[in-house]
Amino acid sequence: MTEPLLRVRGLKIGATVYPPGEKPRDIEIVHGVDFDLERGKVLGLIGESGAGKSTIGLATMAYGRGGVRITGGEVWVSGRDILKSTLRDVRRLRGGEVTYVSQSAAASFNPAKPIMEQVTEAAISQGKFTRREAEKRAIGLFRKLGLPDPDTIGRRYPHQVSGGQLQRCMTALALCPEPDLVVFDEPTTALDVTTQIDVLAAIKEAIRDTGVAALYITHDLAVVAQVSDEIMVLKMGNMVEYGPTDQIINAPREDYTRALVSVRQIEHPEKAPAGAPVLSCENITARYRGTKFDVLKDVSVQLYPGQTLAVVGESGSGKSTLARVITGLLPPSGGRIVFDGCELTPDLASRPRNDLRELQMIYQMADVAMNPRQTVGTIIGRPLEFYFGLKGDEKKRRIAELLDEIEMGKGFIDRYPAELSGGQKQRVCIARALAAKPKLIICDEVTSALDPLVADGILKLLLNLQKIEDVAYLFITHDLATVRAIADSIAVMYQGRVVRYGTKTEVLSPPFDDYTDLLLSSVPEMKLGWLENVLATRKMESAGN
Amino acid sequence: MFRYMPVSAMIGLTVTGLYFLAAIFAPLIAPYGMAQVVGDVWEPSSSEHLLGTDNIGRDLLTRMIYGGRTTIFIATMATILSFVTGSVLGFLAAVLGGWADQVLSRMVDLLMAIPSLILALVVLAVLPVTVTTLIVVMGLLDATRVFRLARAVAVDINVMDYVEAAKLRGEGRGWIIFREILPNALSPLVAELGLRFIFMVLFISTLSFLGLGVQPPLADWGGIVKENKDGIIYGIGAALYPAIAIATLAISVNLVADWILNRTTSLKGGRG
Repeated sequence: MTEPLLRVRGLKIGATVYPPGEKPRDIEIVHGVDFDLERGKVLGLIGESGAGKSTIGLATMAYGRGGVRITGGEVWVSGRDILKSTLRDVRRLRGGEVTYVSQSAAASFNPAKPIMEQVTEAAISQGKFTRREAEKRAIGLFRKLGLPDPDTIGRRYPHQVSGGQLQRCMTALALCPEPDLVVFDEPTTALDVTTQIDVLAAIKEAIRDTGVAALYITHDLAVVAQVSDEIMVLKMGNMVEYGPTDQIINAPREDYTRALVSVRQIEHPEKAPAGAPVLSCENITARYRGTKFDVLKDVSVQLYPGQTLAVVGESGSGKSTLARVITGLLPPSGGRIVFDGCELTPDLASRPRNDLRELQMIYQMADVAMNPRQTVGTIIGRPLEFYFGLKGDEKKRRIAELLDEIEMGKGFIDRYPAELSGGQKQRVCIARALAAKPKLIICDEVTSALDPLVADGILKLLLNLQKIEDVAYLFITHDLATVRAIADSIAVMYQGRVVRYGTKTEVLSPPFDDYTDLLLSSVPEMKLGWLENVLATRKMESAGN
Repeated sequence: MFRYMPVSAMIGLTVTGLYFLAAIFAPLIAPYGMAQVVGDVWEPSSSEHLLGTDNIGRDLLTRMIYGGRTTIFIATMATILSFVTGSVLGFLAAVLGGWADQVLSRMVDLLMAIPSLILALVVLAVLPVTVTTLIVVMGLLDATRVFRLARAVAVDINVMDYVEAAKLRGEGRGWIIFREILPNALSPLVAELGLRFIFMVLFISTLSFLGLGVQPPLADWGGIVKENKDGIIYGIGAALYPAIAIATLAISVNLVADWILNRTTSLKGGRG
């Protein structure tokens, strides 16, 4: 048997943590991982945040991010152990034999230099190509990756192309020096679904055409199933399962893998609209101050008590602006909002306290939605004190009740947000909203910053709480799987308009308008060959193109 | 909280603490009276006069201790004044925004456009020079710097989701400023506090050196330098002691401020 391109044996990675008020201590974050990668093959590394996938990815370049050290094991690239190589050898390796595509192209490109200069930089400095050759090669790659104007796009600056295009430029950057191995670190995670599918297709084609080997790191099993030949599932720095893609998706052996595969399969039968709507937006038009562009155009939606309206669309479609208009942060320039039978005043400052109480909000980033200097008790207790005047033991008892409702328990009462996990933080935000006994909670992308399993837990909790508290949700999301799991009715937004609106079954059944079709078909499905199928059948190009 | 204190912070804290203790208990530890003439002009150090005597024969150690008392007192009060006015106005400007922010910020710009030493000299030349006027003039002039910092920090915090959540809840400005913004702005402000205190020490010393600060016979470090500066020509180091005191205080307060900044930047409820 020939030597594999990449052979990792017993890889151990450690880091130093600095807990405040204590001595710094060393911890191990990857506990001995083994895998092989043949030339021209793609290995998917998958796991939740903190599983060590990016750290392993970077270790194949003999690199550890700040404070991270490779403490043991061997990493063989093309027959030599790079962990024992000299710095000079490692430098030839990085950017030459092994290249890297990061999650956020926008943060990785230097905004002050044109794209071409950055794409060809490594290839030229490694001495693999002359400038002329490298530029010719880059243009070829731009064309292969489906970028518009491949001959001239390199002269543009990073801010002059869209997010999806920049991510493809980054892929060109990684492929330009003719590497043997490319590490893709969540290359499509920051993109809209409709853009993700194009980038994914471009990456897949480029890998196939150039014959490089690739490590594909992601937390989304459905995505990795489309591009990789083999998948390794990681959890807390340990390997859980390692096998061919087909086996992992269709016949997972481990419980953890099974949980990952069956994620987002919550069944939620829709409820028919009943009674008077709790929230009714009528012909809302809105624009930001100092602009001449309407971000919302004639939006009308209704939400019934105890039900969930999902507002779906890609970034820039105006869904978060709709939330700002309803909460009064952005007074609309036209139309009216009727809440619980009464018209709401457009401006936040003029709303009576009871209206504010009945309309609560949960944010995408639970990290910044809670004051880091307040304890969980203060965070949840403040609405109780503010709206109901609760004090002392009474307040404490209610806080404990709420903590039970979000399945955390009163042991958390004196903790600070920094001491909670991502899922727990979001739960505390939910408790804070519930504390006000609202009739409507606006949920702005509440699960999109969370790992799939954690997000599932949050969705189940929200559904449960809806049954108990009879609260209505306005659920803003770009993720259609979430919508299927939780919505009673759906409004699809595109460029500030509602393009499709109705009950869940109506919206999700054909015939589709072009945009809804594009959106629905872009959601990665957990099966092999899905990507090719979709590309062959869809009608509309994504907005990112 | 002192268990894992770095050596530098330990030194800083000890030296700063000694200076402050000496200032507070000056009448108890000073060997002679503040303005008491006890010997010849510029006597060298001896067992009676550890640092020698000054230009008119007063005990220099006594002058240094009392001088530290005056200097540190004025600097502390002026720092407190500048921080209270500067940060409250800065937070207010950030939270109110719009024209209120414009008016406050442009006024501050106007004050900052004039070198503060020149401005202070002009004001003190007109007003009677007392300790109170010194504190008020120095405090208000320095409040412009604090205002800038407080406003910049608060503008950042003001757009965080937790502040928006508080606004949506219907909270008043008082809660937003003192409960949401202030605790999160504390760590850069505390670091700045050390730095501003030192600038105050330098400022009051400069004013006294120029004759518009603390008036004799009251002692202060800048004044002692002024009184004894002529001795330097004759190789008498009396003017160096207050200079050394100013420098060591400056360094040690900064060491402490650095440490506090490091401690409080890890956002763990600021308990560490």
